[in-house]
Amino acid sequence: MVEPVLQISNLVKNFGALRATDGVTLDLRPGEIHALIGPNGAGKSTLIHQICGTLRQDSGTVRFAGQDIGALGVADRARLGLGRTFQVSSIAPDFSGLRNVMLAVQAKQGSSFRFFKPVMRDKTLIDTAMVMLERVGLTARARVPAAELSHGERRQLEIAMALALGSKAFLLDEPMAGMGPEGSKSLTRFLDTLRQEAPILLVEHDMDAVFALADRISVLVYGRIIATGTVEEIRRDPTVRTAYLGDHA
Amino acid sequence: MTLALALEQLLNGLQLGVMLFLMAAGLTLIFGVMGLINLAHGSLYMVGAFACATVAAWTGSFWIGLVASLAAAAAAGAIVELVVIRRLYDRDHLDQVLATFALILMFSEGTRWLFGSFPLYLDIPPLLQGAVALPGGTEYPVYRLAIILAGAIVAFGLYLLISRTRLGMRIRAGESDREMIGALGVDIRTLYTVVFALGAALAGLAGAMVGALQSVQVGMGEPVLILAFVVIVIGGIGSIKGALLGALLVGVTDTMGRFLLPKLLALFVAPAQAGMIGGAAASMLIYIVMAVILAVKPRGLFPAAHA
Amino acid sequence: MILNRETLINLVLAALLLAVPFAADALGQPFYITLATRIAILALAATGLNLALGLGGLVSFGHAAFFGIGGYVAGILAAHAFSGEPLLFGLSGTKQMWVIWIVAAILSGLVGLAIGAISLRTSGVYFIMITLAFAQMVYYFAVSWPAYGGEDGLSILVRNQFPGVNTMRPLTFFLICYVVLLAALGLFALVRASRFGTALQAARQNEVRVATVGIQPYRIRLTGFAISAAVTGLAGALFADLNRFVSPSMLSWHMSGELIVLIILGGTGRLFGPLAGAALYVIFEYALGGLTERWQFFLGLILLVVVLFARGGLLGLLAGKAKHG
Repeated sequence: MVEPVLQISNLVKNFGALRATDGVTLDLRPGEIHALIGPNGAGKSTLIHQICGTLRQDSGTVRFAGQDIGALGVADRARLGLGRTFQVSSIAPDFSGLRNVMLAVQAKQGSSFRFFKPVMRDKTLIDTAMVMLERVGLTARARVPAAELSHGERRQLEIAMALALGSKAFLLDEPMAGMGPEGSKSLTRFLDTLRQEAPILLVEHDMDAVFALADRISVLVYGRIIATGTVEEIRRDPTVRTAYLGDHA
Repeated sequence: MTLALALEQLLNGLQLGVMLFLMAAGLTLIFGVMGLINLAHGSLYMVGAFACATVAAWTGSFWIGLVASLAAAAAAGAIVELVVIRRLYDRDHLDQVLATFALILMFSEGTRWLFGSFPLYLDIPPLLQGAVALPGGTEYPVYRLAIILAGAIVAFGLYLLISRTRLGMRIRAGESDREMIGALGVDIRTLYTVVFALGAALAGLAGAMVGALQSVQVGMGEPVLILAFVVIVIGGIGSIKGALLGALLVGVTDTMGRFLLPKLLALFVAPAQAGMIGGAAASMLIYIVMAVILAVKPRGLFPAAHA
Repeated sequence: MILNRETLINLVLAALLLAVPFAADALGQPFYITLATRIAILALAATGLNLALGLGGLVSFGHAAFFGIGGYVAGILAAHAFSGEPLLFGLSGTKQMWVIWIVAAILSGLVGLAIGAISLRTSGVYFIMITLAFAQMVYYFAVSWPAYGGEDGLSILVRNQFPGVNTMRPLTFFLICYVVLLAALGLFALVRASRFGTALQAARQNEVRVATVGIQPYRIRLTGFAISAAVTGLAGALFADLNRFVSPSMLSWHMSGELIVLIILGGTGRLFGPLAGAALYVIFEYALGGLTERWQFFLGLILLVVVLFARGGLLGLLAGKAKHG
């Protein structure tokens, strides 16, 4: 069996008496979209923070691209290829979308300590960034300040940045949140193609998107994974139905 | 170096600490509840001192002057809050620093305009004059002991206010979630004015009490303000407990440092040099302590829980 | 260079600053040359701060430390050259400006690195306070070190030298300061447009985003802070030469506040913000000071009004919103 790109083993995180992450084991295999679902308060955010490096786990391991990344900070994990998008899009608002992606390109090159060449006239940076923007369909809006981009456009911008990093895995935090029906459909189509680039760990509430995209689904409830399986297996699983989908699924 | 001398310095340190606590408590309350950094706090200290000196000279009574200092500082605080400060709550810290820095300029020059550049004098009230014998043989001014006592009473009073009264409850709620208490119907605007005026009154009280020890002059609040900031940074911004601990730590460390460092250095170098280096080191000591504490606990000893 | 409104205003400001001293010289009014030199030097100091504050969003309330260190470097090196006594490690003093500038910039930069290394581990109000505290440390050190004047300060009896020119002529010294200012503005513009500047400004806008693309905000900020300190230190050395005097007041927190005020008055993060602000400030000081001894009251009032109502400073008023690319 091929080694998973991302392997989380027995992750535990306590906040005082609250066991937010209760021995979570999860993996992300090449070429797959692995959806992580669960009711509010299940601990999805806490889990993501521990994968990305914003929080340090109390025990357990996080392995990515063959390494134990548990002791690394956010920036180091990003440089290894862990691409992330945020539930509330996190961009540099004063910069144009283009300059945002150029930031990611320069980060990938590791060239942030150059002081003398103006970036907005740096053809290689601009061209590479424009390629990413084209892939997410933002070419026309590339020069607009990111603060003026719509909700959905900011999502696309974040993905462009993750692409520019040459991510080996994508961690997408509720990308469908706040998108209208049209936006959700086109983003779903896009993510379907994105999996060819690198596997995706998709944290989502939007069940339509999850069932359309996921190769596997893991269900997180009160900090524990109660089930992992294909879409069909999860839909039929009685514990999942009660805990999360209710009796209507 | 005798025990008596050390005891005297220790008491001086406590007195400085208590004074710093009065300043720091107000500052940290204002920051904790309103999220506002207020550089003009030193000016409110000055207002209290000037009010006390003026009214005491006019009426002949220090005590009436003291009441006047509380009233004047609280009033000045309330006015400033209503006119200027309330526009700053939503602004970033840079804007708050600048606006309150501007207020310092206005208060200082305004005071100089009204009172001239010469210091005013405030006499220690007859009741508190004289000295008390300390174990070891020296005498210690009654007035300084009274300040320490006053500070302890205020600290206790604040504790009661915060933990036992409805106002205190609102203050604590405001510290933990500013937006929420507004949503719950607490009159935020009045609460903020009250908190600001309370902080101002404490500062004014400190200024008035110190005014009788040193002279009352423009700019007297500034060295104290800086030390008060060091106190709240050490103690944890937003924590009154931290302000008390920090204030006592800073007061005692600073006083004992100035007393001990030259003597300590005299063991290693010539006395003249020891005095010089010791003096310089003593002035820097409290900032070094702050830097060390922040290096280990970047948000102070008792950081407030909320963002 | 794009010829938009802001650039035009910048050119006008630069031209005015150059024209006034020449006119004053022709009219035999050297006082105004000194005033213009003061503006240029304060603008240089504020440009240094603008790197950290305007670009990086680092509200340093302790930049006076670097200003003063630069000043004392000039004073101490000159004093030692004058007296002939060796400095540390057998090195002698010097009265050559360009050497003094290099030492001032490097020393300030190193101190900036040290202060920044600790301070940048904190953020928000804590950062403001800890930078203030460090500057206070330097201040008290200078006050209690009698070898170089202590509280009374240190005189530079004869202005330091620059090869080929007579620095004692006010106009010549002004031109030296003006050229250094232009060089610093050039540096600021380059840095702002560069990859480093992009990372630094991005860290100001959204620290999380910077880390998420794999750049460590701390390293970027520390570098920015150190460069900022070096430029402000250079200004301090020039200031000492202008007044032929260094004193601990260059290290006071009022000075730190004043540097921030200069930037705000002119427009934070703008290339010519520091120059516009310095010009406004010095002109206020002179014009208002001529009218009343209580001019600082009105300065405070104006500053308050600017902070509350004219947030972009002078350049914000004149040139509209800044473009970021």
